[in-house]
Amino acid sequence: MTSAGLALIVGFTALVALLAKPFGLWLFALYEGRRTPLHGALGPLERGFYRLSGIDPDREQGWRAYALNMLMFQLVTTLFTYALLRLQGVLPMNPRGFGGVGPDGAMNTAIAFVTNTNWQWYSGEATLSNLSQMLGLAIHNFLSAATGIAVAFALFRGFARREAKSLGNFWADLTRVTLYLLLPACVLYALFLVVCGVPQTFAGSIDATTLEGARQTIALGPVASQEAIKMLGTNGGGFFNANSAHPFENPTALTNLVEMLSIFVLGAGLTHAFGKAVGNTRQGWAILAAMLALFLAGATVTYWQEAAGNPAFHQLGVAGANMEGKEVRFGAAGSALFAAVTTAASCGAVNAMHDSFTALGGLVPLFNMQLGEIVIGGVGSGIYGFLLYALLAVFIAGLMVGRTPEYVGKKIEAREVKLAVLAIVILPLCILGLTALAVVVPAGLAGPLNRGPHGFSEVLYAFTSAAANNGSAFAGLTAGTPFYNGLLGVAMWLGRFLVIVPVLAIAGSLAAKKHTPATAGSFPTTGGLWIGLLVATILIVGGLTFLPSLALGPVADHLTLLSGKLY
Amino acid sequence: MLKEFASSLRPALVMTGLFALLLGLAYPAAITAVAQVAFPAQANGSLLAVNGKVVGSRLIGQGFASPRYFHGRPSAAGSGYDASASSGSNLGPASQALQSRVRDALKAMPTSPGATVPPDLVTTSASGLDPHISPEAAFYQIPVVAANRHLHQATVRTLVEAHVEQPLFGVLGEPRVNVLQLNLALDAMTASGAHRPS
Repeated sequence: MTSAGLALIVGFTALVALLAKPFGLWLFALYEGRRTPLHGALGPLERGFYRLSGIDPDREQGWRAYALNMLMFQLVTTLFTYALLRLQGVLPMNPRGFGGVGPDGAMNTAIAFVTNTNWQWYSGEATLSNLSQMLGLAIHNFLSAATGIAVAFALFRGFARREAKSLGNFWADLTRVTLYLLLPACVLYALFLVVCGVPQTFAGSIDATTLEGARQTIALGPVASQEAIKMLGTNGGGFFNANSAHPFENPTALTNLVEMLSIFVLGAGLTHAFGKAVGNTRQGWAILAAMLALFLAGATVTYWQEAAGNPAFHQLGVAGANMEGKEVRFGAAGSALFAAVTTAASCGAVNAMHDSFTALGGLVPLFNMQLGEIVIGGVGSGIYGFLLYALLAVFIAGLMVGRTPEYVGKKIEAREVKLAVLAIVILPLCILGLTALAVVVPAGLAGPLNRGPHGFSEVLYAFTSAAANNGSAFAGLTAGTPFYNGLLGVAMWLGRFLVIVPVLAIAGSLAAKKHTPATAGSFPTTGGLWIGLLVATILIVGGLTFLPSLALGPVADHLTLLSGKLY
Repeated sequence: MLKEFASSLRPALVMTGLFALLLGLAYPAAITAVAQVAFPAQANGSLLAVNGKVVGSRLIGQGFASPRYFHGRPSAAGSGYDASASSGSNLGPASQALQSRVRDALKAMPTSPGATVPPDLVTTSASGLDPHISPEAAFYQIPVVAANRHLHQATVRTLVEAHVEQPLFGVLGEPRVNVLQLNLALDAMTASGAHRPS
């Protein structure tokens, strides 16, 4: 480890904390439905959208209606992308002449992008036309992020409102977040990326003659416009196979920093927006502090392991950091930090190949996802996932002192705790259940590239990534088979919507409650004790479930490598 | 409940269509238009040309086999530096295949007295298209390149040092050398006649 590397990690964390408030205030304005400076230019567009689709944005919905409208929208957009991918071969903007995508692959990809996972069984530059990338996939990068934020807003309203029946209007939340936040931010961001060297063209590729006279076909495309929302919306689906490791997606150390920040800003901002919504910004800061503590620990461990390098290489006389699967311009620090960021959030973009990380360096991204991606987390999904743990933590604290638990002015009762546990338990159920299935059937065992414990890690990582809606991979796994496309599709769908629906149910139940003012006997949910309790709850409830599986994978990998055994 | 589901169908369909037009077509088209007018060099792939012929991209590595050139890193993209098939090796830390590959790469490496082989020279990058090597990896190759071009090592070293890019603000990124740009400069220097082999 170098001081410059550590300075990068600490400096990055400080920048995230600094950006939380400005982005939080913008999000809060949208939460409240207030006018922003952009309403002048984009207001007519917003009203046009409502008029054409027959929506009254002021007509509020209860939690069931909010959930139903949300689900119907997911269903329609999934089928839209499925059809587009299947028909790719006969549609325009296909300069390299790719054929249609097969049924299992198209369904997997449609689900992957709708659920904000962006799991990619395919190689973008060798499978998808420009039209499929833009119209089929990139729209979900906006819409799945906006859906996540809408659900978070609904939950915030559940906490903030008193004896209310409704949680807002899904279509209004979706439209406002897209038009007044995601789209304008991405216009600026995409142009910044172009200046730094990210291509933006409708051409498919260009041929070069190398200095040694060979022909090199360089794939191009509308990369910058897609890259911007891929990061800001914590989607992570790369234009190219190598994702943000590809020099055309992430050309410099500066773009690397901005890409990492853009994964975190909206998630961090939502913690502040939550504080504003419940009338006490310290509630938001306490959440952000707990998140950043968990984040710093993970990022540092990964960096330490990657900088220390691979003992198997050291035996051959190759000293230094583990550079297999890493780019020189990022090095160990820039790669390790990116890996921690992308899995703490539900992004899943990668700037290094996680499969080639050291065993313990690769354990951290896996563990980050298994915690449910609530360390900053995905756009929207991070904060609502985290609030589930907050409910659980006040419940546990309530049991310890023998009082009815309260959180930000609401009594937390049996219904909320049951729903929170339901939403939390879906993750281990999908991850462990499906991994166990995959490692006993031949179709599953055909997947891994690496042998030994690392092969198991590849399968575990895939189902973890899918169920947690991350999308990064131990990419050695051959996942483009009907078996994996099918099961991973199921994991992505359940991992997204069997969390969102209980979250909305909790929101509905909380909104209906009276406000319970804090008294001297209330457990304070802002100080150091609370932050400690939150971190402990997350690690024990979220983490402990997965320790046996980690022991079979990365831990076994590490120990056997230390003993000199290779597979 | 069922009524609500049915009444949500129209907004779902119309919104999908409207957002598809706005986000899937208008947005990328607008960015493309601005990028092509204002930043055409970057927008079209940061291409490098010699005498009007495209020889590659400043951002994309390419394969070098001749001892007259500095070599980039091993590549897992297609059959090597295939810029339409980016990929890492995805071999795990305890992989026998990886160990053998590194061992073979070390055997093929020219011996450089007193220098250990830098790790980036025997490992594949994440993209398979890494345009850079570390300064150590460039310095390591100076004796071979200088001998094959009949140049003084000091001359080549000066050229390499001029191509070392430092981290931004001291913390962002790693020191690195762009292999294609270095090799282009090497060709230009040799062709200029100032250092023509005797």
